[in-house]
Amino acid sequence: MKTILVDDEMEFVSALAERLALRGIDADWVIHPEEAISKVQEQCYDLAVLDVKMPKLDGIALKDRLQKVCPQMRFIFLTGHGSREAFEAGQCAAGADCYLLKPLNLGELLSKIQEMGMKKKLEDDSE
Amino acid sequence: MAVLANIKPKFWDHSDVELGPYKHLVNFRKLWKLTVVLTLAVALIPLLIITLVDYRVGQTAIESEILLRTTRLVSNTRRSVSFFLAEHRAALDFVVLDNTFESLILPGRVDQVLQNLKNGFGGFVDVGVINDAGIQVAYSGPYDLQGKKYQNADWFKKVAASGVYLSDVFMGYRNTPHMVIAAKHDLPEGGFYVLRATLDTARFNDLLSGLAVGGQGDAFVINQQGTLQTPSRYRGKVLDQIDLPIPSFSERSQVEISKGLDHSRLVIGYAYIPETQFVLMIVKECQRLMAPWKQSRLRLLSFLIISVFAIVFVVLGGITYLVNQIYLADQRRLFAYHKIEYANKMASIGRLSAGVAHEINNPLAIINEKAGLIKDLFMYKADYANDPKLIGLINSVISSVERCAGITRRLLNFSRNSDMKLKSVDLKQTICDVLGFMGKETEYRSIRVNVTVSDKVPTFESDLGLLQEIFLNLITNAFTAMEDGGLFEITADVEDSEWIAIRFADDGYGIPEGDLERVFEPFFSTKLGKGGTGLGLSITYGLVRELGGRIGVESTVGRGTTFTVRLPLVPPQKSMKAAKRNPSIQQTIIKPSNIGEHNS
Repeated sequence: MKTILVDDEMEFVSALAERLALRGIDADWVIHPEEAISKVQEQCYDLAVLDVKMPKLDGIALKDRLQKVCPQMRFIFLTGHGSREAFEAGQCAAGADCYLLKPLNLGELLSKIQEMGMKKKLEDDSE
Repeated sequence: MAVLANIKPKFWDHSDVELGPYKHLVNFRKLWKLTVVLTLAVALIPLLIITLVDYRVGQTAIESEILLRTTRLVSNTRRSVSFFLAEHRAALDFVVLDNTFESLILPGRVDQVLQNLKNGFGGFVDVGVINDAGIQVAYSGPYDLQGKKYQNADWFKKVAASGVYLSDVFMGYRNTPHMVIAAKHDLPEGGFYVLRATLDTARFNDLLSGLAVGGQGDAFVINQQGTLQTPSRYRGKVLDQIDLPIPSFSERSQVEISKGLDHSRLVIGYAYIPETQFVLMIVKECQRLMAPWKQSRLRLLSFLIISVFAIVFVVLGGITYLVNQIYLADQRRLFAYHKIEYANKMASIGRLSAGVAHEINNPLAIINEKAGLIKDLFMYKADYANDPKLIGLINSVISSVERCAGITRRLLNFSRNSDMKLKSVDLKQTICDVLGFMGKETEYRSIRVNVTVSDKVPTFESDLGLLQEIFLNLITNAFTAMEDGGLFEITADVEDSEWIAIRFADDGYGIPEGDLERVFEPFFSTKLGKGGTGLGLSITYGLVRELGGRIGVESTVGRGTTFTVRLPLVPPQKSMKAAKRNPSIQQTIIKPSNIGEHNS
């Protein structure tokens, strides 16, 4: 699973990338949404983990932009400002595969990534 | 006092002190007093002035009428008295003209003359002829006065000098009032003679006593020394001295009001009888004359008193009612303002908590990831992985972060549930969430909290935000009334298969019985002066009603208070629809907290 992490908090995103790397998941990380677009234009990723609230371009708008470049990409949103009900009623309508709350439970993120990896594998096999 | 307490309007004891920025616009007691005073003044002063003017005009008119009538009576009586005296004098003149001196002194002639006078005029007692030497040369009458000498008598000297003499009344030999009238007649050959007659004053008296003098009136004649010449009804008998001052001389009839010896007001009419020493007096008592007018005055006064009472009653009743209505309207206005303020405060708290939670979540996420990374690194290095102290420290950091995250999520949930939205509610979870906000207070104050929710209570449709607010208000209220170390119990069970009853029981100070029925009234608070606005329970009452529920209270002073909230298992659809169509102030104002949903 080629993964890209996008969050304006560098301390957070870099530590997260490192923890994922320790668990065998290589993830690129950027702190500016524009950088993410550039990177995706260079190569498609399987999964993007996006912070919802970012300066200049929020996670939902960024997802739309990235999806235009790589339609098969999957997305996980991270939010520090939400409840499950609120997210289901709002942001999930924007097409996210799932969301996770900050502070992040890494176990949850790993299980989501694995789940999506399996789905992708199934899709690849079926093709 | 109990009657006064019952009729005392609500605004009378109202205090404005603790109503915060939205105080009443007016001082109702002052407004009431001002309106009452002004209205009573405008209504009563003209009435009193008109009554007084009418009283004075009536009194003056009656007095004028009395004076006028007395004047007429005096004038007429004066003419009658004058006529009486002139008539008798004219009779003597006629005798003189009809007889010569010589014929009068013939034996039997004066007897004939006396008889004629008695028959023609009446009142004559005797008649005598006195020559210019003062000797009575002829006499007819009851006494033997023939040959009596009068040359030294005063009356003879006066009549000789002035031609006519009229004596004062005297009692005479038979002790009956008499008066003497004498006229001088000159003889052609020189000299004179006097025709003298004694008059019985009975006819004179009859003339005066027959007068219809009202007002315990009295008509009499006095001489110029104040001696009664005729009997008086109230001022003595003939020849007594009257107890009134002698009126000053006037050619015309006079009437005046003066005071008698007993200070009673008297109407005194008098007239000097021309060519005599007599003064006619008519005396009436004002009090008697004014009696009819006083009766009408009494009726006027009764009418005035009844009118004043009616006006005062209507003014007091009407103004009290109106001011009370203004007061109640102002109370409603204040309550609405406070409700708006409360809703705004809640919205602000919601926005603030959402913002704080979000801002805290980001650094928490960093701490979480960094601590996680440290732990990861330790776990991958054998030296550290086997050091339980290091791993324990890292786990402690991570668990603290999780605890903080729990707090921020609860804050976010609370701020998001403020809009009117029906959803499935887990009652026990909701109660525990709200109690979570009070966790530190219960800990610091050692308050024991028991929550017992029956298994029969299902999840039910309601508005989570309103429920949280209701529970928070009741729990806060209970904690305020409790001592440290007290026991607070929340129990919930199903009632009648349609209702859920949730009881909030504290063992605090309790509420006096007299205050129980007022605890849900706006602005009623026993905490006034200690930070209470008296709105918490009234707002809670409104929120419960919005959910289609009911709230009640039981309390015993010194033993504690139990608030019972009964909520319908099935929310009343109509009221909910109505609430959506016409959202209350609270719902509308709190809506901005939803902004958070779009900002992650």
